[in-house]
Formats: sequence, C-alpha cells, structure tokens
Amino acid sequence: MSIVATYLSWALLVIGGLLCISGSVGLLRFPDFFTRMHAASVTDTLATGMILAGLMLQAPTWIVLAKLIMILVFVLLTGPTAGHALAKAALHSGLKPLLPGKSGVLEADTKPSGGV
Amino acid sequence: MKIQTLSLGVLLVAFWALNSGLFKPLMYGLGTASVLLVLLISSRMKVIDSESQPLNLTKNIPGYYLWLLKELVISNIKVVGTIWRSNLHLQPALVTIKMDHLSEIGKVIYANSISLTPGTVTTEVTDNSITVHALDKSSIAEIESGEMEARVRKLDK
Amino acid sequence: MFTAVTIAVLVAMALALFRAYAGPTLYDRILAVNVFGTKTVLLIAIVGFLMGRPEFLDIAMVYALMNFITVIGILRFFEYSSPGKSANSETVKD
Repeated sequence: MSIVATYLSWALLVIGGLLCISGSVGLLRFPDFFTRMHAASVTDTLATGMILAGLMLQAPTWIVLAKLIMILVFVLLTGPTAGHALAKAALHSGLKPLLPGKSGVLEADTKPSGGV
Repeated sequence: MKIQTLSLGVLLVAFWALNSGLFKPLMYGLGTASVLLVLLISSRMKVIDSESQPLNLTKNIPGYYLWLLKELVISNIKVVGTIWRSNLHLQPALVTIKMDHLSEIGKVIYANSISLTPGTVTTEVTDNSITVHALDKSSIAEIESGEMEARVRKLDK
Repeated sequence: MFTAVTIAVLVAMALALFRAYAGPTLYDRILAVNVFGTKTVLLIAIVGFLMGRPEFLDIAMVYALMNFITVIGILRFFEYSSPGKSANSETVKD
C-alpha cells in the first residue's frame, strides 16, 4: 500500500511540476494580457492541486495533511477572485482584448468593451 | 443563538486546533479566548448570516465539487495542449451571455466556477447576463449550453 | 525527487519573472507577480518536505493569503490612479 502511495505521489509531483512550467511557458508565449490570464490559471488550479496532493500522500502527520489541505483551499478560493479582479480592472482601464478579425488575424477590438 | 454562529464557532475551533497542533491547557485557554473574541466581533459586525455561512448548500455541494473537478481536469488538458502547440493560432472571444435569474450566492458560485476553469474568465456579472473572455470559441459554446448554470441552480434546492 | 520538482518550480518562477520584467502592460506585470506568488507558496511547501521540516507549511499558508491581498491591494491602488491610457496604447503595436 505504502509503495503504491509513494509511486502515485511521485507521479503527481512530476506532472504538477510539468504543469507549472507549462503555465509559465503559456504566460510567455500568448499574445496579450487576457489570453495570458488563461495560462496563469493552469498554475493556479491543476498544478497547485497536483503538487499539494503529491505532498499530502507523503505527509508524516495529520497536522501536516490538514495544513496542506488548508493551503489548497486558500489557493483555489483566492485564485478566481484575483483573476476576475484583474480582468475587470484591465477592461475598465481601457485595455482591449485581441480578437480574431475578418482575415482571422488577431487584432485589438475597436468596439466598446463588454460587447460581442 | 443562530445555527450560523454555531457553525462558525466549530469552524474556528477546528482551524485553531489544526494550526497549533499542540494540545496543552494554555493552548486550550488561548484558543477558546480567541474563538470567542472572533465570534463577538463578527456578530457585532452583523456578518453572521446565511450569506457568509450558506448552510443550505451543504447537502448538494460535494457532488458539485466532484463535477467541477472533472471539468477542471478536462479544460486544463485543453489549455496545456494549446500552450505547447507549435502554431498558436488562437481564437479568443469576449462574449456577453444571457442567463436566467439566480440567487446572489448562486451568481457568485457560477462566476467563480467559470473563472476557476482554465480557458474562461468572468469579467462582469449583472442580474441577467454574464460577460466571459475565453481562450477558444469552443469554450463559449460549452458555457452557452447551460450545463454549469443548471447545476448551480440545483444547489439551492 | 523533491529536488527535481523544486528545480521545475524554480524554472517556472524564472519564466514568470521574465514576463513581469517584459510587461508590456501594467496588468501583465501584476498577473506575473500573482503567478510568481502562487509558485512561491508551492516552493516553500516542497522545500519544507525536501529539508524534512514540514513546519514550513505555516509560512506557505501565510504567503498564500498575503499574495491574494497584495494583488487586490495593488489593483485598488491603480484603479483610482488610472494609468489606463498608456496601457492601451502599448498593446496596439502587438
């Protein structure tokens, strides 16, 4: 049983680490702020969840396990709130998202924000 | 004493006990004092109500979390696939979607669930519509199909 | 193995830091700092296990809360001092 838990824990940690790097690569590769935000939320949700779940499987005491769960809950609760606040502030300050134009090339939206 | 006060008290006691991990008389004393102080302050602030402690959701929320976890994994795989694609060729969209009336707490849960799933972010919520920025147009169609909305609506019942 | 994951998180943090340096808009930088903060929480938790001292988790927990409040605080500050015009003119050239 403990062998299985150990292997599962390593697998979760490695996948979590790869997801972490993926999120950062997306943060660098994507063309504008709003698309970068989606890359950032990969780090906030699954990467955090997997790494913390991997650590949970190796937790030496119940207290450590409880603290890991608390950290995960904090990150999952605050992540979308911060993301929403950022997106709203950016839109209200006049930052326009890139949207596909007629030719299919991404261009800054000229219509008022919030429109289709 | 309201049921919400009791649930907040239980939550605070659990939080204290799990954070300290030391079970000595001094710790019990300090813990009891600080839990009572927080309860007193929050009842004076009048924040102990069904909005901060939505106990009526307790029955249905575990099932919703499981479904949300499944959606999270699916959309994560999609976004990570997009990130590593050699030719990005993105089709982002900013769309206002109509929705039927939801309770206040329902709107918060709905908007936060959309923001939590990678690939979609809520930018604005009003009484009867929700504005979403999506990494790919297909995510917009998924939201418009209304499955998540129906599940949030079922939580209250 | 904890070492490998620590290195992966450090690489991801370096990439996020580069985005914070490159910008181009204010909001890109705030987003990058937010991502950097989330990864710091992970780094502290993993290093705690790496060194066999899980007490580090208390620090990670405080950092998770501080990271959120930092982002909201910075946003509040800039929402009312409105650097919006410069933010938009910078994205047009993309």
